[in-house]
Amino acid sequence: MISTVSFLTQKPHIVVIGNGMVGHHFVEQMIAQGGHEEFQITVFGEEPYLAYDRVHLSEYFTGKGAADLAMTDGTLYSEHGVRYFLNSLVSEINRETKQLILQKGDSLSYDKLVLATGSYPFVPPIPGHKRENTFVYRTLDDLDAIRACAKQVTRGTVVGGGLLGLEAANALKNLGLETCVVEFAPRLMPVQLDEKGGAVLKEMIEGLDVKVYTDTATKEIVDGEMAFHRMNFADGSHLETDLILFSAGIRPQDALARQSGLTVGERGGISVNNHCQTSDDDIYAIGECALWNGRVFGLVAPGYAMAKSAAEHLLADFLGRVGVTFTGADMSTKLKLLGCDVGSVGDAHGQSQGCKVFVYQDELSQSYRKMVVSEDGKKLLGAVLVGDNSYYDTLLQYYLNAIDLPEQAQALILPTMGDAPIGLGVDALPATASICSCHNVSKQDISDAVCNGALSVGDVKGITKAATGCGGCAALLKKVVDNELLALGVEVSSDICEHFAYTRQDLYNLVKIGEIKTFDELLKIHGKGHGCEICKPAVGSILASVWNDYVLKKEHISLQDTNDRFLANMQKDGTYSIVPRIPGGEITPDRLIVLGEVAKEYGLYTKVTGGQRIDLFGATLPQLPEIWGKLIAAGFETGQAYGKSLRTVKSCVGSTWCRYGVNDSMKMAIDLENRYKGLRSPHKIKFAVSGCTRECAEAQSKDIGVIATEGGWNLYVCGNGGMKPRHGDLFAKDLDDETLVKYIDRVLMFYTKTADRLQRTSVWMDGLEGGLDYLKEVVIDDKLGLCGELEARMQHVVDTFQCEWKSTLEDPDALKNFRQFVNYEGSDSNVVFVEERNQIRPATEVEKQQLIAKVG
Amino acid sequence: MTMPWKLICKQEDLVEGAGVAAMVNGEQVAIFYVPESGNKVFVIGNWDPVGKANVLSRGLVAHLQEQWVVASPLYKQHFILASGQCLEEDITVPHWQAKLEDGDVFIAIN
Repeated sequence: MISTVSFLTQKPHIVVIGNGMVGHHFVEQMIAQGGHEEFQITVFGEEPYLAYDRVHLSEYFTGKGAADLAMTDGTLYSEHGVRYFLNSLVSEINRETKQLILQKGDSLSYDKLVLATGSYPFVPPIPGHKRENTFVYRTLDDLDAIRACAKQVTRGTVVGGGLLGLEAANALKNLGLETCVVEFAPRLMPVQLDEKGGAVLKEMIEGLDVKVYTDTATKEIVDGEMAFHRMNFADGSHLETDLILFSAGIRPQDALARQSGLTVGERGGISVNNHCQTSDDDIYAIGECALWNGRVFGLVAPGYAMAKSAAEHLLADFLGRVGVTFTGADMSTKLKLLGCDVGSVGDAHGQSQGCKVFVYQDELSQSYRKMVVSEDGKKLLGAVLVGDNSYYDTLLQYYLNAIDLPEQAQALILPTMGDAPIGLGVDALPATASICSCHNVSKQDISDAVCNGALSVGDVKGITKAATGCGGCAALLKKVVDNELLALGVEVSSDICEHFAYTRQDLYNLVKIGEIKTFDELLKIHGKGHGCEICKPAVGSILASVWNDYVLKKEHISLQDTNDRFLANMQKDGTYSIVPRIPGGEITPDRLIVLGEVAKEYGLYTKVTGGQRIDLFGATLPQLPEIWGKLIAAGFETGQAYGKSLRTVKSCVGSTWCRYGVNDSMKMAIDLENRYKGLRSPHKIKFAVSGCTRECAEAQSKDIGVIATEGGWNLYVCGNGGMKPRHGDLFAKDLDDETLVKYIDRVLMFYTKTADRLQRTSVWMDGLEGGLDYLKEVVIDDKLGLCGELEARMQHVVDTFQCEWKSTLEDPDALKNFRQFVNYEGSDSNVVFVEERNQIRPATEVEKQQLIAKVG
Repeated sequence: MTMPWKLICKQEDLVEGAGVAAMVNGEQVAIFYVPESGNKVFVIGNWDPVGKANVLSRGLVAHLQEQWVVASPLYKQHFILASGQCLEEDITVPHWQAKLEDGDVFIAIN
């Protein structure tokens, strides 16, 4: 039976067919401009999911779930009255009656129609292309199918060596398959790269154990002898493989346009004008299904630009202005494919008339760079980069903004020789320079945002959306924001906050010299107002560093950040994780069993941390004291994973077991961890001790690193992993045990005394006037006459150590803090877990709704 | 018209300068005890609309631009204790009138 879906609405009805990234962006644009007030918007998506991030699709194989890739959970739509239907295919457009026919038979009328149907993967019609175990790479469902198949087999082949093909090859490799790439053209990435660039890329990729066949046409696919398939090539050779993935380009999904008689291009694509209108004024086409000026744009940024121009055209009357038009888009691109940098700017092939070329090639380190410049050498027309994309941003800006090239233009692609890198200062960029192409944000837009009070990268992102698309421009954005702030003469105040006109270092000295024991006292004498979430924890930490009081004392408790207040690490759903101390990562089987038993009893998610400890997730507030009661009874202590304090001392087994070990790194690690475990510091501190120069404990990436030598211990300081890695500096060599500890005491206390709030040792060292040499003078030569005091302070911290959890369990007042509700015994009904890989994890919003729906 | 005051808990259940959670008619609320303020006690919803978890009672209390606020423990947005208004984004969490009387904590149910 055919029914008609009718919506009781007075507003004109816009229907969007397709809910990919571009279709979603269109809806976002409509909502942002208030279009949902003017129009009833209805969205149809063919897939079972709402729009997700197809650009980062491969991350689905490296740990991201569908929810992580989702661009919306539907809230945006429902909050603005946008109706959406998933799993819904529109099968027909009747332009006469302005009606859509759905596959399920229903029909629906529209006033305006937006086609955002995207593209479909092109599968070359090779005999055998429909055999089992052949796939395409486009949707989450495709990826699920590939993953399922990859589990059963050992060899995979990608047909197509373009951008997507190599991305897919990387995915197959990550799935553990022996991977091959077969490309019909004479080189990889024929669209973006020239012959040499393609050759360098091929060599690099083969170096990663991916076999590459270029200039190879597949004649047929038949049953294999050793594998599932056999691909017979035109030159008579063949390849045996179990899984075939076609990634030989995309074709515009224009079936609806053809069915309804809209104008389409010879080779597909729905023809559109500068407003993205098709040959029917009431129908728009945007994204990869649209053909503008004879071109289809297979990147997300042009799709977004089309979505915006269509939305603004539809809303022109409502907004009272002519909207932006779509006039083509830059197809420059940079990517990391199989770990290799590849970049392509503008006219990469040097096809412009009279153009001249600079080439740099280094076969040793496998890099290739080419610049295409205008005949007079003044403007950059294009570029190719393989092996190192650090040149890309500067080249792209020269190209996009038609900036005059410097005299020695070749320097832009030459390696830097010690001196300052040749780059384009952001100062030199014109106001029109496009910083973020995904959201079309110019330098001027950023400048305006800063002038209007956005004084941080985060604020600018929030206002302009820059760097929230593919994220490739994040570094450039930060430079521009910093530059704008500087230009405005914004002095970055070193005052910790509005309540104290002092730096953290000043406050530390005030606390120590004035023997100040509480926040209120400090505020009364040296501050104003009532304090905030910046100064309270900072002062709490200083008080703990200097006096080492129990942090949950009545006068200290309101100073503690949530993790310190509840002595556990809050997770996204408001539950906590628990990390007991396991010094040096050494643990007896009995204690390990205790952890297992406790985790099992409370159903906690259990994971081994990077610091050689065990993290138990999913404990509720009232469970924390119960669990700690059991852990302490078994001899565990708090691991202070919640505090700005010593985390772990990572270690290898050292000379006791290892045949290479030259000293007992295990014992040293345990001793160091036990010595410094109570220290509250400006930021977290990590140590490691290696038993020989093989450095299995990775000590040089830690705040304090110790490596055994034939002559004792080498001490490294101020290393860091994390977001901005830094190798530790070698501070002193061949130390005996006693001197090692003495130096560490002094370095750590000097850091605790002088660093800024939340400043890691690496950043502290980089900002220390005089650097490493100065630190040596202070710590080794006692230039400031401080060493006696630094050691005494550390000894005080060591002597007054208390396990905060033990103290808490003995304090009935402190225990009151751990009630979920003060007036009710129940639990938080929003904390919902689902099972994954035999353990719990927090349910996503969608899962919660489904669970509620089932119960309801 | 008299306010329908409902007794929620005792003063000793509160934490000075910080928040606690309570359940009121099936809804989670966060009660903040700020002795320096005129009002002494503030009540807002416990649900953090940004972090999507019931955690506001566990944030740090701060005094910014002459207003008492709580910083969400998840993503650090500030909510004004007296009105529930978020300082960074255009969102508001529910708030209730509250009073501290003879060691008892009441909130106004509308």
